[in-house]
Amino acid sequence: MIENGASFSFDGRAKLYMEYASCMNKQVTMKEAIARHITDGMSIAFGLALEPLIPYAAGHEIIRQQRRGLTLIGPISDILFDELIGAGCVEKIIAAWVGNVSGGLAHCYRRAVEKSIPRPIIVEEHSNYSIALALLAASLGSPYIPTRSLLGSDIIRQNPTFRLEQSPFDQEPVVLVPALRPDVAIIHVQRSDEEGNAHTWGSLGVSEEAMLAARDVIIVAEEIVAHEVIVSDPNRVLGPSFKVRAVVHEPWGAHPSPVQGYYNRDHRFFQEYHQNTRTAEGFQQWLAEWVLEVADRTAYMAKLADERRHALRVKEHRYAAPVDYGY
Amino acid sequence: MDYTDREMMVVCAAREIQDGERVFVGMRLPLLAFALAKQTHAPHCIGLFETGIIRDAPAPEQIYTMGDPPNISNAIWASGTRNVLGLMASGEIQLGFIGGAEIDRYGNLNTSLIGDWKEPKVRLPGSGGAADIASLAERLAIIMPHDRHRLRERVDFITSPGYGYPDEQGTAGTSWRQRVGLPRGGPAALITTLAVFHFDRASGEAMLQSYHPGTSIEQVQEQTGWQLRLAPDCAETIPPDDAELRLIRACDPEGIWTR
Repeated sequence: MIENGASFSFDGRAKLYMEYASCMNKQVTMKEAIARHITDGMSIAFGLALEPLIPYAAGHEIIRQQRRGLTLIGPISDILFDELIGAGCVEKIIAAWVGNVSGGLAHCYRRAVEKSIPRPIIVEEHSNYSIALALLAASLGSPYIPTRSLLGSDIIRQNPTFRLEQSPFDQEPVVLVPALRPDVAIIHVQRSDEEGNAHTWGSLGVSEEAMLAARDVIIVAEEIVAHEVIVSDPNRVLGPSFKVRAVVHEPWGAHPSPVQGYYNRDHRFFQEYHQNTRTAEGFQQWLAEWVLEVADRTAYMAKLADERRHALRVKEHRYAAPVDYGY
Repeated sequence: MDYTDREMMVVCAAREIQDGERVFVGMRLPLLAFALAKQTHAPHCIGLFETGIIRDAPAPEQIYTMGDPPNISNAIWASGTRNVLGLMASGEIQLGFIGGAEIDRYGNLNTSLIGDWKEPKVRLPGSGGAADIASLAERLAIIMPHDRHRLRERVDFITSPGYGYPDEQGTAGTSWRQRVGLPRGGPAALITTLAVFHFDRASGEAMLQSYHPGTSIEQVQEQTGWQLRLAPDCAETIPPDDAELRLIRACDPEGIWTR
């Protein structure tokens, strides 16, 4: 937390950490988490498990609190990055793919890049592997990681942060992928205790690297469980809770993306977003309906018809065999 | 049995998979091709997904994205992107499937932008894992609709490297990939709604291998932005048989991807 001891001052942030140190319950509402931990100009990593576990509830609260000048970091974002771009929150994108997995192109992203609507954005292109390596480098405290991926791709020419060098060991070309340290990683998980010891399962994407790379972590959980539940299976914990600044209990917080064991992907929602956001006006209407005029996640879920919600529920539970940590 | 052009493409894609191979599957048509190959000539192939999943059997029900919960159920490994793409970087993966907005005669693919880099006319979503698969898999198979605007002499932006271009240091092809430092690989097949191309690795050029029943070499030429070169044994594509079609329709009962 104290990156530079000499210039460390007893400011608001430091006070907050002290509070947390003395009280390990980090549970707050989504409103509080965003108000305290997301400020204008920050870099935020999310959408880290790729298609599942995308923290839409957090993204929507960022839009409602009108953060500006953000840098968004992620592999593929599905429509979350598009929503934040359309809402005018974003200055820079560092990602491998910005689109709509169900619909293809992302309309707000296109409007921002092609026509500066609602504002121009800077794009630093990555691939899924290079964004993983960039976060991994930061998580290891290394300045960069070399790779032979992307040699011959224009991505390494478009993104000025990459370096094309010769490996000192075999004199062959290598791409140096610089470490990427997000200010905040927002990670949606299945369950967490109130300290932020979190269990997640399914495909992890770059979640682990991002949790370790980020300066601060916000955990958003479908369920808050007792500490004993988490420590009964420590291999399933994503990363150390001392990196976690806030824990938000937000059931359905990843909708319309899926959460293994909780709910399935709402494909129709992505298709409707694709249809309804073709024009800037269409997007503004969508945004008003699903974000701006919605107080919180409870109100958002109340908008989804019961039968639709029911259709997304887990049809058949498939529990893993228990493991024995006995000694 | 009648079949659609998409079903023809699935069968062509399945034919690129050899038994025992580790295959970077991707979504839509290649996912069906994996399921088809698995149940016919390649029962021991393994499927990998960049979300971090490895499977030795197709998902128990139809999925729309690789992150859908059925794709994790009974996987042989649920891990992360770095591990699965890392396996490919270390040379463990024989075949990768990708799609693309644009391709050129040397198999270079563009999914980033149309027009000028600084002021693009159309901003496309970007690489995702495609550039990594094109860089690192032993062989690459590309699946896309056949259209003159998509099969171009030269792409505006190389997202996923194929065989490059001829330059002052040499030809396109395997030698270009070596010159830029890529460890292996290159396009093996381009499967379209009209035809199948294989690639001459020495020159890097796409060679028309077969044209689907109902089309002709002339029609393929009309819809291709470069002067076709024909493989010596260029012929009509062998159509899907009834058993193949039944297997495909069992995997995609509503025809979401194939009709």
